Amino acid sequence: MLRSRYARIALLAVAVVAVQLGAEAAGKPFYLTQLTMAAYYTLVAVGLSLLMGFAGQISIGHAAFFAIGGYASAALTTADLGPLRGKALVDLLARAGALVPRTDVFGGEVLSVHPWAAFVAALALAVAVAFAIGIPVLKLTGHYLAMATLGFGIIVHSIVLGTTSLGSADGLGSVPPFPVLPGLMVGGGKAVRVENYYVAWGLVAVAMLLLTNLVRSRVGRALRAIHGAEDAASSMGVDVARYKLFTFVVSAALAAVGGVFMTHFTATIGPGEASVMKSVRYVAIVAVGGMGSLWGTLVTSAALNFLSLRGVFGTLDDAVFGGILLFVMLFSPDGIVRLDLRAALRAARGRLAPPEEAA
Amino acid sequence: MSLELVLQYLVAGLTYGTIYAVVGVGFNIIYNTTGIINFAQGEFVMLGGMTAVTLHAFLPLPLAIAGAVLVTMGVGALIEVTFIRWLWKPSVLRMIVITIGISILVREAALHLWGEQVRALPYFTGDEVTSLDLGGVRFSPQVLWSLGVCLFIVVALWAFFQRTRVGRQMRACAANRDAAILCGIPTRNLVTLSFVLSAGIGALAGAVVSPITYTHYGIGSGLAIKGFTVAVLGGLGNSFAAVAAGFLVGILESFSVWLLPAAYTDAVSVTVFLAILFFRPSGLFGSREIARLKAY
Repeated sequence: MLRSRYARIALLAVAVVAVQLGAEAAGKPFYLTQLTMAAYYTLVAVGLSLLMGFAGQISIGHAAFFAIGGYASAALTTADLGPLRGKALVDLLARAGALVPRTDVFGGEVLSVHPWAAFVAALALAVAVAFAIGIPVLKLTGHYLAMATLGFGIIVHSIVLGTTSLGSADGLGSVPPFPVLPGLMVGGGKAVRVENYYVAWGLVAVAMLLLTNLVRSRVGRALRAIHGAEDAASSMGVDVARYKLFTFVVSAALAAVGGVFMTHFTATIGPGEASVMKSVRYVAIVAVGGMGSLWGTLVTSAALNFLSLRGVFGTLDDAVFGGILLFVMLFSPDGIVRLDLRAALRAARGRLAPPEEAA
Repeated sequence: MSLELVLQYLVAGLTYGTIYAVVGVGFNIIYNTTGIINFAQGEFVMLGGMTAVTLHAFLPLPLAIAGAVLVTMGVGALIEVTFIRWLWKPSVLRMIVITIGISILVREAALHLWGEQVRALPYFTGDEVTSLDLGGVRFSPQVLWSLGVCLFIVVALWAFFQRTRVGRQMRACAANRDAAILCGIPTRNLVTLSFVLSAGIGALAGAVVSPITYTHYGIGSGLAIKGFTVAVLGGLGNSFAAVAAGFLVGILESFSVWLLPAAYTDAVSVTVFLAILFFRPSGLFGSREIARLKAY
């Protein structure tokens, strides 16, 4: 029944609704806030799952793309361009409707970039960086690739941490809500918690639809061929470098989208989002979910991020993710959800099902 | 920029360069015997410094440092035996992710053991204001201690690899592991030994440099990426070139403060690292021909 990707997306929709109703019924509506944040982190995780599982490329710097998206959007939507009125570029943007006047927390009138325009700019920046970094980095393999992506993450982290106009260690705050549709905001506090929850998971569902279609397309088959045997794929006429780069850019763009919406949802972004530990977390989540299993990654990411954001792991938060990564890589490098659960389910079904159905 | 200032930056660069050099050499020792990039290399430096500070509370300085080196060597051996020894032909990618996991666990354990506080050993000679004057350049005697210890480590390793039986066995293991096994060399034990050795030199350097650079639980991963930069810059596997590369990166960082905000120092050395990977992955001193034959 779960073979079809549409059935799985329908199941995701049912699960999302069930969790929301369950949280309300249990009198814990505040869970939805952490679940919304988990959804945005999940966008990064499924993108990385595509890159690691299907293109076979590791990236220990994906938090950087999340941060690029978040910081770009936060900087553009909070910067006051009012004093620059009269400059050609600012007037052009204003005429195009890309700038909006609004009132800041101190009651002052500021002119800043419209969130949608900022979103486009942030996404374009992330894609441009992914291209620029991806072309040389993806020529590397093994530990060189791992270290290069890690190095890229460190560069972005130390830039956002060291730049005063990006708030240094404090990050950026007072980011305005993001009007997805008229009357539907990302961000805006407790009152719109349920709406936010559905927007976030709706976004995840759309991403899953796109990704599952992608892996079943020509691109997906090419990626699997590359993952299986790069030289063989190359000799069959698959443009290995192009497909790797394409996947890298897609996963970076997804991470940036997650970063933009997370920033508007929480109204803040800090340098911690770009840290190496965040990147390692995404890798850990993909590792548990199973390399090449988008749905496994989704479930793992939702669960682990929710628990982490609820503070269940306490001061052991980083240690838990490090330990999980170590454990999975030692004992089941293909992932836990993918291997063991499926085998266990099959074994259980074999025991329970009557013989004629099992045959 | 006056000549004195240039020399002052140079001395600062050499001090940091010492630690990068030793981490780079540590990477190479393990890489040569196993083909593994041990990301937990920086944690050995952190453990050495932190343990020495703790032991110094009730032991004289030389004993505290010796104790810290021994404890860290023990940790190195434990890591190898617990996580690495029994893996059968793991891929390089899997190994690096495993060592990243190990480094996170070591760091978190250090955080719980020692807290977030920044620590340092006392200066070996004099105190923080004691300084030597060399042609207008003033520097702490601790800089000489650091350089001396770095020199000692390099000479001792050279003697070990050239002159002792075990050292020669390790070189055989690096050159051709299968052939070494056929010659009856206990390669598994040598892998453990390589972890113990690089833990030991990392800890020694970490303790000696700590009065100048300070140490706290989180310094490991930054040192690991810089040590790897140094190892790659010198040509992966080439220990003595790594020392030169270590000083080069240290000096580069210290001069970058002159042009860019100090907060960007890390970004500078990592950018150098990426540039080397993209344009000359065999390293400055390595041969392209040999690099092509190695498994990247």
